[in-house]
Amino acid sequence: MTKITYVTHDSKTHEIDVQNGLTVMEGAVQNDIPGIDADCGGGMACATCHVYVKEEWLDKLPKKEDGEEDMLDMAFEPKKNSRLSCQLIVSDDLEGLTVDIPSKQA
Amino acid sequence: MNKTDALIIGAGPTGLFTAHQLKLIGLDCEIVDNLDKIGGQCIELYPDKPIYDIPAVPECTGEELTNNLINQLKPFDIKFHLSERVDEVKKDTDKWIVKTSKGKTFSTPNVIIAGGVGSFEPRKFAPKECEKFENKSLFYSIKDKKIFEGKAVTIFGGGDSALDWAVELSKNSKVNLVHRRDEFRGAQATVDQVKELEKSGKINVFTKFQLSKVNGSNEIESIDIKHDNNEIKNIETDYLLGFFGLIMQLGPIANWGLNIDKKTIQVDTEKFETNQKGIYAIGDICTYPGKLKLILSGFHEGALAARACFKLARPNEKYRFEFTTTSSNLLKRLGKKSD
Repeated sequence: MTKITYVTHDSKTHEIDVQNGLTVMEGAVQNDIPGIDADCGGGMACATCHVYVKEEWLDKLPKKEDGEEDMLDMAFEPKKNSRLSCQLIVSDDLEGLTVDIPSKQA
Repeated sequence: MNKTDALIIGAGPTGLFTAHQLKLIGLDCEIVDNLDKIGGQCIELYPDKPIYDIPAVPECTGEELTNNLINQLKPFDIKFHLSERVDEVKKDTDKWIVKTSKGKTFSTPNVIIAGGVGSFEPRKFAPKECEKFENKSLFYSIKDKKIFEGKAVTIFGGGDSALDWAVELSKNSKVNLVHRRDEFRGAQATVDQVKELEKSGKINVFTKFQLSKVNGSNEIESIDIKHDNNEIKNIETDYLLGFFGLIMQLGPIANWGLNIDKKTIQVDTEKFETNQKGIYAIGDICTYPGKLKLILSGFHEGALAARACFKLARPNEKYRFEFTTTSSNLLKRLGKKSD
């Protein structure tokens, strides 16, 4: 289990223990965290699990594949610290990761 | 008013195979889809990406899968209504009256929703004021390129649509191209063409910029764009075009009185019927215990929903299960000779 903090658009924080091996997206969906739609189910075929990661985490996360960057072009208000949460696999290395959920996905 | 035994909403793989199943058991059907082409997510999201988990098909792309399904429908006469969204589904005694965005109406005992994750709609600009300019001086698709002649046009996006239009419009307009990062994901040849046009001063390219504000009361006068480093630039422009791809919206389906849970429709696993008699949901849009969002599951769900349609479309006949290998009935419908 790894602690992941989801901050929803209303500034509420949700600290969740997510099983290692799941994605940050799955951790949110399974715990009913609002704001992560994940329309395609984690296939990197949409951009509705888009999150902003805290700056200090940017370099610690595995690099984006091209496909993820392409999908982020279609996200709502992408920023430098944008990621698709379906591409972030939870492991001990992610202990304490905080992600901000955008005001909307679609 | 179009009368049909079953109306399918969605021309993706699930909708296509369900049409096959309906025609095979002797029912007629029509298909409505909001996209301008057949194939749904397969053709819109991943036409070139290989799929490896279609039974008996070791590998095929989204486009190949779509073409194979269309070929499989060749023996049958099926009417497609593309670029039309189903807006309304209303009960009228034992029939459903279905209305589309283009004003067509259907009367049918069976409505099969094979709508994927809803209808594809263009992803829009974020700033609120954009809405009031929409379809006047701000567009997400181009119907008449003549209106841009001699004007300043600012295009946002980094894919093929944005690049193709930047190249095309640069012939007769002053074109600015704005994208959120340095890399463009369009075809390399078009990217090169844009770079050439940038060098010769035909296109101004702004990368790592996004739209922050639109200025103007009735017409757009200028826009503010913001760099990753927070620098703001003001650009004079007459028109704004956004090509951020399509997103999926559940849309009007939410208003049809169906049990909806997290953008999916609850169904039973015998008929794939919703809480409304004669309305079925199959493929990615349906949910039930154990649901898998796989194309193969959609095929199974469609086959069963089609049999359920038979009861409502032919209340006085009995459905008889038959194999295509042996049934002369089915072979006749397929246009084959039986031995």
